Amino acid sequence: MQRNPQLGEDGQLRHLLSIDGLPRDVLVNILDTARSFVSVTEREVKKVPLLRGKSVFNVFFEPSTRTRTTFEIAAKRLSADVINLNVATSSQTKGESLLDTVANLAAMQADMFVVRHASSGAPYLIARHLSQDIHVINAGDGRHAHPTQGLLDVYTIRHFKEDFTKLTVAIVGDLMHSRVARSEIHALTTLGVPEVRVIGPKTLIPPDVQKLGVHVHHDMARGLRGADVVMMLRLQNERMNGALLPSAQEYFKTYGLTPERLLLAKPDAIVMHPGPMNRGVEIDSAVADGRQSVILPQVTFGIAVRMAVMAILAGGG
Amino acid sequence: MRLPDPEALLARLADSMRPEVASDTGLIGIHTGGVWVAERLHDMLGLETPLGTIDVAFYRDDYGQRGLKPEVQPSAIPFDVSGHDVIIVDDVLYTGRTVRAALNVLFDYGRPGRVRLAALVDRGGRQLPICAQFVGGAVDLGEERRVVSLARADDGTLALAMKEPRGAA
Repeated sequence: MQRNPQLGEDGQLRHLLSIDGLPRDVLVNILDTARSFVSVTEREVKKVPLLRGKSVFNVFFEPSTRTRTTFEIAAKRLSADVINLNVATSSQTKGESLLDTVANLAAMQADMFVVRHASSGAPYLIARHLSQDIHVINAGDGRHAHPTQGLLDVYTIRHFKEDFTKLTVAIVGDLMHSRVARSEIHALTTLGVPEVRVIGPKTLIPPDVQKLGVHVHHDMARGLRGADVVMMLRLQNERMNGALLPSAQEYFKTYGLTPERLLLAKPDAIVMHPGPMNRGVEIDSAVADGRQSVILPQVTFGIAVRMAVMAILAGGG
Repeated sequence: MRLPDPEALLARLADSMRPEVASDTGLIGIHTGGVWVAERLHDMLGLETPLGTIDVAFYRDDYGQRGLKPEVQPSAIPFDVSGHDVIIVDDVLYTGRTVRAALNVLFDYGRPGRVRLAALVDRGGRQLPICAQFVGGAVDLGEERRVVSLARADDGTLALAMKEPRGAA
């Protein structure tokens, strides 16, 4: 069997490329470590010296202000030096290849790369071509994975619900184009969530999604019934190159999360969204700002989770 | 090598501290063994300031070689450190590196008025200029490289034991 490229020979995490294939104890260790970093971010001095003298390069081949910012905050709270590169607007347009760009950055003595790329698998390619002591974190590659988002989502669920093994989790929306959903599903099933449902129109649910161990619903009401956690996905406007949907209004009518629909879930159900939200398209403002929404805590926990991943990767040389 | 009984050490440690503490002295235990000792001392000395706990994992000087240990515990200091009289409590005082890291953690919470150190047992072998004001007892282990660590049974009894250091072959 081929070794998972994310794990070293000793089973330690070397890169974070995808949640798929990571053992449960690796995920639990990340979540536990993140919990300690949450306590750090509540102090007067929100910084620890772990990554002092290390350089973290945020290399974004695809723009994303929010994700890049949370990685930047996480690295700075670990005392690393952070270099932000928006490659979409620089060398690549001059014709430099991906690997040449990365080799050049590595020569600037990077210790860690945080990579976002529009092509699935790009972070794997980069990790394979770097020397052993440089670590890569996938910050979103094509439709494939966004592992730190998946991890911060399960961290948020554990914070509010504690025990994964009794939960029903419903993921609603555009599964087809969502790397977030794939990472969430892998994380939830690995941590022992017994029922993961995906809800959406046939055109936005990949036909092979059942292989991941989820139940598919095309009827919103049926899918939401009795759920403990409702995870909304963003309608990926910029990814939609074709007539998969009649209109945003039509979508909201059938799959938008309104206060009335949320009543179908458990009374203490939490509502999550990876952001940025399209209010009035996939989620009603009354729900997004409502009592059951944990969308802003997700962002705060995201910093601690990214600190945990960086701290675990960079330790031990 | 027979290791001393922690209950006897604890009684001696509390006796040595009693005349030197006020009711508002703040105890801060270092995870995990130091927290157990600090909990007992807090009780025995009848202190009013709530107990603080710190994990030094994010401040260790061997992170670059050994990485982050699993199961880092959250640190929590439920009183304002600034200006406070503080005693850091650990189970076993050895190289002094843990105490160095603990001081750095503490100063990221504020500027304490005074910091002293209490250790259940001092096993020698210091690599830094650090000494404890309060010690339950000392053991001379010579060149012994194994780690002396405190264990707590389900009924709360403490015991000292020898074990191989983490990451040793």
